Amino acid sequence: MLRWILGGRDAQGAVEKSAVLFIGEEQPKNCFTEMQVLKGHFDIVRFLVQIDDLRFASADDDGLVLIWNVETGDCLLELRGHTQQITAMMSYTLIRGGNVHTALITASSDRTLSLWDPDTGNRVQNVSDLQSSVKCLLVLDRLNVWLSGGNELCVWNRDFDLQCKTVHHSDAGISAMVEIPKNFIAAAIDKEIVIFKLNVSGSDIAVMAVRHLADHQDTIRSLIKINDRLFASGSHIGELILWDSVDWTIQAYELILWEEPVGDEVRLTNQKQIERSIQHMSSDGEIIVAAVGSGLYVYNVPMKSVVAYRKIAHDSNILHTMLQQDGQLMSCSEDGSVRIWELQDLPLTAEPASSGFFGMFGTFGRSSKQNSPPAKKLPAVPGLRSLELTGDLIGHSGAVQMFLSFKEKGLVTCSTDHLVIVWKDGELQSQLRSLALFQKLEDNQGL
Amino acid sequence: MIGSPDLVAFTKEDDFGDSFSDRWSLPDEFSVPLFTHAANANPWTKTSYAKFSKDFILISEFSEQVGPQPLLTIPNDPKVCGTFDLNYFSLRIMSVDYQASFVGHPPGSNYPKLNFVEDSKVVLGDSKEGAFAYVHHLTLYDLEARGFVRPFCMAYISADERKIMQQFQELSSEFSKASECLKLGNRKAFANELVKKLKDLEYTRSVLNKETELQKMNNGCYSTQAIEKANELANVEKSIYEHKDLLWQITSYPSRKKKDMDLVQCEVEKPADASVLDDGDTLTSNCFENADKTMEAESDGPSRKSSYTPQLINAKSAKCFDKRLKTLEELCDTHFFRQTLEQLNLIEKLFRGDLCLIYTSQIDRALLNKQRVTSFLFESEQDCGEGLSKSFNTSTNNPPIPILNLSGKPLSLVSHTTCVDMYHMKPGVEMMEGPPESSASDITQETSEAADTETKGSFSSDKSIEALVGASPSSLQPNCFEVLERKSKVFIASSSEDLNVIKSNAVPHGTSDRSSSEVFGTKNIIPMDTACCIGQEGFIYEETLPEIAQECCGDTVVNQEPLSLLQGDSTLQMDYILEAPNMGLHFSELNISALSEEVARINIEDASDSTSYMSASTSSDRAASPFTYGSVITMKQKKKAGHSTLRFIRQYPFAQQAIFCLLSGRTLVILGVDEGTVRKLVNALFIFVPNLGKYGESVQPWLSTPFQLTDLQRWKLIGLQRATSPAGSSIFHSLNRYSRYISILDCDNKTLRCPSYKGMLISLMADHRTQIKRGSTYFLHVQSMLTQLTAKAFLYTFCHHIHLPMDINDQGSVTSRRTNFLSQLGYTVEESQIVQYLSELIKRHYVQGPSKGVIQSFFIYNYTTSYLYKI
Repeated sequence: MLRWILGGRDAQGAVEKSAVLFIGEEQPKNCFTEMQVLKGHFDIVRFLVQIDDLRFASADDDGLVLIWNVETGDCLLELRGHTQQITAMMSYTLIRGGNVHTALITASSDRTLSLWDPDTGNRVQNVSDLQSSVKCLLVLDRLNVWLSGGNELCVWNRDFDLQCKTVHHSDAGISAMVEIPKNFIAAAIDKEIVIFKLNVSGSDIAVMAVRHLADHQDTIRSLIKINDRLFASGSHIGELILWDSVDWTIQAYELILWEEPVGDEVRLTNQKQIERSIQHMSSDGEIIVAAVGSGLYVYNVPMKSVVAYRKIAHDSNILHTMLQQDGQLMSCSEDGSVRIWELQDLPLTAEPASSGFFGMFGTFGRSSKQNSPPAKKLPAVPGLRSLELTGDLIGHSGAVQMFLSFKEKGLVTCSTDHLVIVWKDGELQSQLRSLALFQKLEDNQGL
Repeated sequence: MIGSPDLVAFTKEDDFGDSFSDRWSLPDEFSVPLFTHAANANPWTKTSYAKFSKDFILISEFSEQVGPQPLLTIPNDPKVCGTFDLNYFSLRIMSVDYQASFVGHPPGSNYPKLNFVEDSKVVLGDSKEGAFAYVHHLTLYDLEARGFVRPFCMAYISADERKIMQQFQELSSEFSKASECLKLGNRKAFANELVKKLKDLEYTRSVLNKETELQKMNNGCYSTQAIEKANELANVEKSIYEHKDLLWQITSYPSRKKKDMDLVQCEVEKPADASVLDDGDTLTSNCFENADKTMEAESDGPSRKSSYTPQLINAKSAKCFDKRLKTLEELCDTHFFRQTLEQLNLIEKLFRGDLCLIYTSQIDRALLNKQRVTSFLFESEQDCGEGLSKSFNTSTNNPPIPILNLSGKPLSLVSHTTCVDMYHMKPGVEMMEGPPESSASDITQETSEAADTETKGSFSSDKSIEALVGASPSSLQPNCFEVLERKSKVFIASSSEDLNVIKSNAVPHGTSDRSSSEVFGTKNIIPMDTACCIGQEGFIYEETLPEIAQECCGDTVVNQEPLSLLQGDSTLQMDYILEAPNMGLHFSELNISALSEEVARINIEDASDSTSYMSASTSSDRAASPFTYGSVITMKQKKKAGHSTLRFIRQYPFAQQAIFCLLSGRTLVILGVDEGTVRKLVNALFIFVPNLGKYGESVQPWLSTPFQLTDLQRWKLIGLQRATSPAGSSIFHSLNRYSRYISILDCDNKTLRCPSYKGMLISLMADHRTQIKRGSTYFLHVQSMLTQLTAKAFLYTFCHHIHLPMDINDQGSVTSRRTNFLSQLGYTVEESQIVQYLSELIKRHYVQGPSKGVIQSFFIYNYTTSYLYKI
């Protein structure tokens, strides 16, 4: 594309990666025609957390947390206190004196946990000298407690008092947690899923591990709750397991195997490992979107079947995915782009993978499991839909770590390039500015 | 052939000659008598019969020793004044100082009072000499002068009577600034002088005290010597009290808000609390400390206090008249004196040239001021009109012009009555005079401030405000001293009741300067010399102002030919003067824009920081380029750029597409190896960048590093170096990555990659077959088209029905109404994009105000296919 610029003398191969998917410059379905670049971080921004309809927090590897207004793009507060990178962050809604108040809990590599007031920027609570740094956080609203997962699982009450904790697990520590019914917690620790039980007797809470589910062959990369009955886990080698939330049995097992491209052997094995890792999953209760390497995989839970897939959806690993109501899904990747996809019904005649461009994929079940899935899913399975690229957002110059949707107010992305970008619907924003203009005109009673 | 000369020679001369000349010469009724051409003389000059070549400013003093004398002229060039008799003219202008400013003992009080006299401003005409002058009288304080005052005057002398008359307000406002600066420095110097004097007196008292004691001891209490000494001591004590009181008066000079007084940066702190007044010595050293910081020369305060050795004062020679009088510079403190001279030089520059020219540019500026909502898009900052535009804003009413006709010949204005008021007010009253224009309902803080400064600048009420607060100095006074004789006559409200009466009169009238004669007519009128007149007829049109302003909208202003406006000018001026309070923008606006300049500067620094490796330019083109950091882009530079633009549109067939990109807000990157070429192209195109910014912040003329996303938000026109080095490849990477947001003009290969443009608008603006030859003409052509475009964008932005839904379910129809509106304006899809982009800029500017500067907080783009255009 840029050959004319380069005058043909430079090797553009270095400059221009072969774009796997090139949607082109016309993107009529892409409503994001306005962006706002928020500068304030000086290190990789890894986490974004929504505080309310208007505000969100972003955390970087310097330990700095910033609170922003999504509409104006103003940086409202700087939360300073952590000395090392933030490892987990969540918003925590408290009801105090009838008022709903949202606070922010951050965990850092400096082995501290802090509670912040996003209205004042005050560090309301702080716990330091933890035995290990916290990697994940979980709020149990029912019990009025929250959990932190590191090398051990700690249970805290609202006032930041440690209620109880488990023994030291392994060096791997807890990488993810989900809440499952009856005061149970499923936590991913390396290759295992450990079920913890919270025993609540009066004001005392005790926690104990009740079951170890060791069905994954490799490290579990993601663990999500699908609905009240199911949760899912994905591993480094592309195993996707659906678990029953009550009896912790396997409901479905998928091993995602992108068809191996022909090429030299050594590179291939390396590539395979990376490509099949399930980095991230998101679900709306019925459909799971899994980021598998640089590909996307859409799984229908009730049908227990693959709905759609893109083997190479991005130029490099996908880090975050999101499923939206209108059948749209978004993914962001290390290649610095955000892509917007739409699930479309395939025309009956067309072969889904006939383009040959994206290769094939296959799954096979493991016969040892009780509900064995079909041995091999063929692309021609009825109900298979295609994942069409409808738009891409280009702006970040580094890996896009995650994004956060404020619905019509816009989409917030954060990236390795220290930037946070708010993408907005230009049409809508123009409309809003017009309203603001007429409002001011009225207030001023004329020009 | 019939008209060829040889043929004519053979024909009858009268026949042919007549018919021939008839065809080519004007009919008699249109013929104009030829100007008697004499040695390259400017036929338009008004000074042809005057004795000086161009306008100048004269400062004169009425010296108590030698009478009126000229002090200095600006410009300080003897050629300017020519044979004009400055001494004679000084005599004239000084003889009309009717202020009768003085220091005297008011009947009810035993103290000399300083009168803080407003300056008086008159117009003086001497048609015999061919000189007309705006004369600005002011008095400065000097402890050694008679009555402590030294009358001065500044005069703007021109041969053009109409210039003086029609620019009266502007002259008045500009000269007031200069005067204010002088007086401020003078008050400070005077206070310093008083402090010194007080020290002397205290010292004298202590010496006398000892001597008296000695006398008493030696000769007894009732000896002549003892009584003499006691009297002497009493005199010194009285003198101390007087001086303390003077000091208190000068330091408690009523503080006024002088926001527009940018000249007077180091405003002397006024002591607000009376406690400091208890001790005059500490007071001054305290209260001037702040002001002193700015000036080394005056950094006296405590240091001088300690270094100064008091001298014995012979009580009898407390006033000595045979001393050398201080020079103006000494009177006003060097720092302030220099500032004043700067201001006067500025005034000279401001009013230089023909009235028509001044007038046109004033109208231009005033009209631009009206368009604050959109003028940021394509209009450049005014070069030097700051002062004038401010004066337009501040003069919310039209004070009458006082005219003095010394030569006896009647001037063009009608007769004028005389009245000068002297009255004393409590400082409290001064506060109340704040909003005099209370007739308008929409008085805001700004307008009242404007009015306040205006009041100060007005001349018909020569208010002297006594620094006299409730804590009267009479409490300090031992009551047995005789009243000193004063030569000047004093009108003083002798009792507090009187003061109240005045106050109650003055307040409801508000504009006391308008009706001062009514208010105080019964009380204190000083009948002045009949030569001194203050025009009263000016008041008349003040009442009818609003209507005139309503009727007199933009069209009338533009259509009227400036020079024919001698009578009509009042309405013209009214038009744009009155408009100021309606806008409600002026003062706050000024501050904000000052702030935004700051922001802009910071942003520039920021920019140069983030891309700190901005290449050090070697090309000589840089000097010609208007983009040097922190410097304002002027109209002149834009006009010059017109030439490059003209060449660009002739040379590049895709010029229209490039201009389309700029107008629609898509960043245009000019890529090239040679810096000079790239800069030239940037120079040719920058006039099309909307919201260019005062310092051209939207343009990056030369960049040799890869640009970032945030740069695209900031820069709309970028000159980029094409390099083969590793840096070059990362530049190409960024070009590639952000290709959807930019258009690329490759000046080496002469290609342009950008979205397509269809429409007539830009082809009218940039027709490569244009007949326009001169760059500046072409710039004006472009500017007028851009103004048209801006007007449409304004219309588009502020039309309710194309933005607001009629009801909740109406959302869809808004879009269609919008499309219809734009197509009715005759715009294609692409041109609509331009209008929409300009509209977004206007919205943002209007809603946020200019506080955020040029840098947009958001970045608008759209997804369109680009094409490659080749030459």
